Amino acid sequence: MRKTFIESLIKEARQNPNIFLITPDLGFSVLEPFAEEFPDRFLNVGIAEQNAVGVATGLALSGKIVYVYSIIPFVTMRCFEQVRIDVAYMNTKVRLVGVGAGFSYGSAGATHHAIEDIAVMRALPNMTVCCPGDPLEVKGIVQESVTYQGPMYIRLAKSGEPQIHPDDTEIQIGKSVVVHEGDQFAILTTSNMLDVGYKVAQVFRRQGVKCSLISFHTLKPFDHLKVAELIDSELPIITLEEHNIIGGLGSIVAEQIAESGRGVKFKRIAIPDQYSHFVGSQAYIREKFGLSESQIVETIQSFIGF
Amino acid sequence: MEDVQITKNIRKSILDMMYTSRSSHIGSCFSIVEILYTLYFRILKIRGTQFDLVVDDKFILSKAHGSVALYATLGERGFFDKKKLEEYYVDGGSLPGHLDMKSASGIECSGGSLGHGLSIGIGMAIANQKSNVYVLLGDGECNEGSVWEAVMLASHLQLANLTAIIDYNKLQGFGETNEVINQKNLHERWSAFGWNAIEVNGHNVDELEKELKRPSDKPKAIIAHTIKGKGVSFMENKLEWHYKSPNKDEYLLARSELEGAL
Ligand SMILES: Cc1ncc(C[n+]2csc(CCOP(=O)(O)OP(=O)(O)O)c2C)c(N)n1
Repeated sequence: MRKTFIESLIKEARQNPNIFLITPDLGFSVLEPFAEEFPDRFLNVGIAEQNAVGVATGLALSGKIVYVYSIIPFVTMRCFEQVRIDVAYMNTKVRLVGVGAGFSYGSAGATHHAIEDIAVMRALPNMTVCCPGDPLEVKGIVQESVTYQGPMYIRLAKSGEPQIHPDDTEIQIGKSVVVHEGDQFAILTTSNMLDVGYKVAQVFRRQGVKCSLISFHTLKPFDHLKVAELIDSELPIITLEEHNIIGGLGSIVAEQIAESGRGVKFKRIAIPDQYSHFVGSQAYIREKFGLSESQIVETIQSFIGF
Repeated sequence: MEDVQITKNIRKSILDMMYTSRSSHIGSCFSIVEILYTLYFRILKIRGTQFDLVVDDKFILSKAHGSVALYATLGERGFFDKKKLEEYYVDGGSLPGHLDMKSASGIECSGGSLGHGLSIGIGMAIANQKSNVYVLLGDGECNEGSVWEAVMLASHLQLANLTAIIDYNKLQGFGETNEVINQKNLHERWSAFGWNAIEVNGHNVDELEKELKRPSDKPKAIIAHTIKGKGVSFMENKLEWHYKSPNKDEYLLARSELEGAL
């Protein structure tokens, strides 16, 4: 996703001279092509995230479209007040681009895990929150981010995520993407759980269980219409995300179901409200929190009652 | 020559851990080996018996991406069985890439986000007036504004029991430290903020010991000139070794260089 991000941004920057990229000392072996092609529109401000966001705001207030790139906790939470006031409140065209969704940086440890970012970014008025799940979604979101109004947070995984959608899929900020239609239950995924959700859906579909799979690459503004359709069809709904169970996709859908007054069967699959003290890869930590493909299949089976 | 043998062992452990785990930051670890050796073998007040040691002073590795150097030093010093070093970074292991204070004996503070340690050190220095508190920072880490908030407060409070050690290896995450933000006058900066600033060769343990022991009536900043990747010639002063882990050939070459070093 990192490579797709920077390639897409370079393409846009060739068309639009206002695009600017700032990094607080991150992006080795990723950002170099941009820095080389647009040396006047690239700045490493040093390891100083608060300053990075402030400088980005100044540029944005002067007509630039500014992307700030770092690891998720550093670009969202290390500078949170700057994000709140300078970016969200002043409604500036700053794009916070974070790498390392969920446990992408598994063995690096909890300081590098991103499990609260969606919740805190969502709670900011004006902030658009995009959590692409495959390279195609990244490309579409980066393209649209150039003209999109107001501030944005773009949550990236890391590298090597497979493409799930066909090449001609239309990606539009605020609109979910249906991967599979089904009439038994619906799996809703966001961010890097698209890939896992896809495999889980394959398992069920191979067994003849028709589940639908929908990717929510934008959590704000949220595609409430799609969820309303699901509620109307009375399908059981399962949300899937690599984020704290508090404040992410599951919370958004729960609120909508609760307010609909319709008792739809509903299950959130997410990280329990705790930090990981486990040591191991993303796959290992996922398993510790019940987020591996086979565990999710089991959870869904017992939830639906097969 | 005990110091040479021990620092060599520490470097070998670091190399082994980095090679088997394929993880990052070997250069960052090699640059602080002598500093950690001096602290854990000559400066910190440590009591107890092997595998049951208690530190009366406080040490915070604020550049916590150098965790592997600390694990190797703690293992060498006898905080835990060196077999534990095999639990670094692997599935089901116990030692993560960045510091988790719950992961091993001897780790005072979790970390991995830069610019936190010196503030925490101030709190510890206030609460533990009879102990000395040492905080090891990266030179790039000194870009963080929070470092300078702490620098101001520590001298205002005249915290003579607080020492900051700056690992001045002149490289950071995405460039050379003085090219990202010029801070060649690091010494003047810390002195101007009211610290007792001293420059040393950060690979000379006697010099480090002498300056760490020098009495001071204000907080002390040891600016340690170091070489990122120190000890393995092809890693020295190379930004890429912030990220890369050695392949087999590189590992064997590095190993023989370290073996040969005396
Ligand atoms: C707040 C924060 N921002 C960014 C990073 C990512 N990062 C890890 S190490 C590093 C470079 C550190 O440079 P320096 O402090 O000079 O230490 P060195 O590795 O050179 O010893 C960066 C930017 C981080 N860990 N924390």
